[in-house]
Amino acid sequence: MSVDLPTLPTPTLQSKDFASDQEVRWCPRCGDYSILAQMKKVLPTLGIPKEKFCFVSGIGCSSRFPYYVNTYGLHSIHGRAPAVATGVKLANPELQVWVITGDGDALSIGGNHFLHAIRRNIDMKIILFNNQIYGLTKGQYSPTSPVGKKSKSTPYGSIDHPLTPLSVAIGAEATFVARSVDVDIKHLTMVLERAAHHKGTAFVEVYQDCNVFNPGAFSYATEKETRSDSIVYLEHGKPLIYGKNREKGIRVAEGNRVEIVQLGGDVKEDDLLFHDEKTPEPSLAFLLSRMRHPEFPEPMGIFRAVERSTYDESVTKQVEAARAKLGEGDVEKLLNSGDTWFVN
Amino acid sequence: MSTATLEAPASSNGKKLENLETVVIRFCGDSGDGMQSVGIQMTNASAIFGNDVCTFPDFPAEIRAPAGSLFGVSGYQLCFSNHDIFTPGDDVDTLVAMNPAALKTNVADLKRGGTLIVNEEEFNKGGLQKALYDANPLDDETLMAKFRVHKVPMTRLNRDAVEGLGLTLKNADLCRNFFALGLVYWLYDRDPKPTEEAIRSKFAKKPDVVEANLRALRAGMNYGFSTESFTVHYHVPPAKLSPGKYRKITGNEAVAMGLATMARLSGKTVVFSGYPITPASDILHDLSMYKHFGVKTFQAEDEIAAMSSCVGAAFAGELAVTASSGPGICLKGEAMGLGMMTELPMVIIDVQRGGPSTGLPTKTEQSDLLLAMYGRNGESPLPIVAASGPGDCFTMIQEAFRIATEFMCPVIFLSDGYIANGAEPWRIPNVEDLPRLKIDHITTANGENGAYLPYKRNEKLARPWVKPGTKGLEHRIGGLEKKDVTGNIDYSPKNHQHMTNTRAQKVANIANFIPEQTVDGPAKGKLLVISWGGTYGAVRTAVHQAQEAGKSVAHTHLRYMNPFPRNLGAILKSYEKVLVPELNCGQLSLLLRNQFLVDAKGYNKVEGKPFLVNELVNVINEFHG
Ligand SMILES: Cc1ncc(C[n+]2csc(CCOP(=O)(O)OP(=O)(O)O)c2C)c(N)n1
Ligand code: SF4
Ligand SMILES: [Mg+2]
Repeated sequence: MSVDLPTLPTPTLQSKDFASDQEVRWCPRCGDYSILAQMKKVLPTLGIPKEKFCFVSGIGCSSRFPYYVNTYGLHSIHGRAPAVATGVKLANPELQVWVITGDGDALSIGGNHFLHAIRRNIDMKIILFNNQIYGLTKGQYSPTSPVGKKSKSTPYGSIDHPLTPLSVAIGAEATFVARSVDVDIKHLTMVLERAAHHKGTAFVEVYQDCNVFNPGAFSYATEKETRSDSIVYLEHGKPLIYGKNREKGIRVAEGNRVEIVQLGGDVKEDDLLFHDEKTPEPSLAFLLSRMRHPEFPEPMGIFRAVERSTYDESVTKQVEAARAKLGEGDVEKLLNSGDTWFVN
Repeated sequence: MSTATLEAPASSNGKKLENLETVVIRFCGDSGDGMQSVGIQMTNASAIFGNDVCTFPDFPAEIRAPAGSLFGVSGYQLCFSNHDIFTPGDDVDTLVAMNPAALKTNVADLKRGGTLIVNEEEFNKGGLQKALYDANPLDDETLMAKFRVHKVPMTRLNRDAVEGLGLTLKNADLCRNFFALGLVYWLYDRDPKPTEEAIRSKFAKKPDVVEANLRALRAGMNYGFSTESFTVHYHVPPAKLSPGKYRKITGNEAVAMGLATMARLSGKTVVFSGYPITPASDILHDLSMYKHFGVKTFQAEDEIAAMSSCVGAAFAGELAVTASSGPGICLKGEAMGLGMMTELPMVIIDVQRGGPSTGLPTKTEQSDLLLAMYGRNGESPLPIVAASGPGDCFTMIQEAFRIATEFMCPVIFLSDGYIANGAEPWRIPNVEDLPRLKIDHITTANGENGAYLPYKRNEKLARPWVKPGTKGLEHRIGGLEKKDVTGNIDYSPKNHQHMTNTRAQKVANIANFIPEQTVDGPAKGKLLVISWGGTYGAVRTAVHQAQEAGKSVAHTHLRYMNPFPRNLGAILKSYEKVLVPELNCGQLSLLLRNQFLVDAKGYNKVEGKPFLVNELVNVINEFHG
């Protein structure tokens, strides 16, 4: 847990306690609604008083999120939320800090801050609403849009090679990496809960439908007919099995690859890849993040959850160590340090 | 002091000791020659002795430019005096040139009749070639006739001095700067003790290096004492500074100490975020040693992150501060706007350097005033203060935070390369006399029915500052235009006009809460000279000289750049002419002309160097007529 549980029992909070008085202004059927609803479900379960949460966002449709949660919130500037949140956490380590960001916000203009927050392992949750489009600016392609994507700024199709957010995060050695989908309510709740309990930077990518500018971008992962063949749920210690009848599995193949295999016949469950979210070495998680639709089913769940000291904790420790060694700063001594002399 | 012994006939070696009032010395050599380090040592020795001192370190942007090249020359000028001085001096009395390139780039500043000390062994073919000399300048009789020249075989003498310590020749040569320093110590009758102690503590872990440097220093002193080439040496008696306990301080040191002091005395955490940049990095370096005062330092991934994290830290309720120089301040612009819009207290330090773009990283300039005034999108006025010298940085950084927390807004603090690196004696203040920030984080609702209204203002138009974590006061703010009082998003025309006016009015009102401007000289007259920032010393000295020559001229120095002190307009109108010397192309004059419709005339220079007193005296005379 990132925030110590209060010793006295707090009156149990409910989802509605986290609703703010602001009118929610996303488009009808925007995927953001569902993420907000699941977040409001998770927050009261954490045993943290409402006033100890701080939501920080950048700019984008998704980044309006803090206005709709009745906690402390800061709607900052485009791409900088991880940096702003770093300041919040440094100044006030007691807060549980959540960063809400979009695919453009986190990976285009804010790519630098995103990487550095993750590598420092600052205790904050970063939730990236990936709709593969710039929503707020009305439909330009984003760094996660697939090649060929036709958008306002790419009438002939995008020629940019996209980033896979999870690969980027794992490349930066994130200690917690997960993925879910806006409409998969139970799964999303579980993932948010796990992120909330992680100590360090918890990165969650949520596939989010932009109903206006990129509708159905993730239909393969949400529609009944295609879903079971297009995604595979990750469970710690369990083999990767998927398909309508759980007839397919993922196996590690030679040459640092994974392959799809049919279960039954020669292939047993024991031959499959067993998920281990706790391996310190990030290669396995990286390999999983490379499984992209349509070649592979896309993994959903916790890719990686390992422990490493957090930046904010280390900062506090250094301050304490300095105090222990040198005593509380003595202004008199400081001003009189070095060579001094008297003039009479 | 060793004066007594040196004056005693037996040990004076027959050499005369003459008294002088003020001396200007410049050490120059390759950037690897340790000129800054010996300059600092002599400054300390002089300050400890009781002289007033003023320094001007001048070094290249390249860390180790090719040895012997013209652009790799590093210099350190110091002036010490038996009375108070405000500049490092115009003309140099004694120039120490460690190689031909140093001579070539510096000799023009040496006084006629001044003392020139060179390491003659470096004036060999290679050295001369690298300095682009066709002929050895030491053989140029017309040039040499202008000075008292001492050609010293420093390399050899120094190697002899450290012989037997088992140093490589390369390491032995690294002590040559202390040999040169020793020679100058003898020439100016300086007590070497503080320097010897500094050597011992600096190289505590390397006894052979300590011994070598001590020997080099002594050898230099002995050389002056024994060689016939020097017949006179000089003594500069202590200055009559106002009584008290003193130390030496640079601008960057003073900023860091000011912040640590403030953290401790106000019981708040200072969160400093920065990204390394010359000439501001030392603030980060110093502060990272002051953790036990309640200082947290964060080396961010870039200036945008540094500024953004300040906004976050301020929102979280602590004292946020960042420091950079021009290029970094440009990057901070958008996040400064966020700080302005969310009306949170924080301080942005701009240690100005020569621009535009990467410009002249190690040279001084005052060309970011308009950037500080206007360098953000939209109508976004911010208060600006500017320190007048190294010691003043201690006072003004705390004043910046007083304004920031009292008025709830980001404040820009302007320093410059000259102040940041320059040193002066600083009278150590009494801790009891230092200001304490009065900060009130409200903990109960300020609206009806337990509502918290984040933009409900007080009589200073400041909004409340709530610490997240406070029960019942949860609220959301951001960069979108918001309704006054409630802080809810509001784009309506009248509201935006009202909020824009209110933010501007809040900053303008600060004029009622800062001291009135004072004038040095007649309250009315022919000419008023206005300065700001690091040119204080030169302008003050020049105006005093003009006053002594009977001119009707007054001086006023600004430390509050936005808003200006409330009586400034009246002062400007009390003189026939207004002259504004600045190290830029006329930024303060533009502001004065704009705000006061006064015919302010600029005297402007951007050569990467501070003003000389003489040039200002000439300009004043010209203007005064
Ligand atoms: C400095 C800056 N540049 C550009 C913009 C315009 N802008 C606002 S949001 C946005 C992209 C948002 O896309 P994304 O992060 O994917 O968020 P979404 O709206 O899709 O949730 C852009 C380009 C801005 N606000 N600030
Ligand atoms: S534009 Fe797209 S992302 Fe933005 S609110 Fe509308 S549906 Fe949601
Ligand atoms: Mg998007």
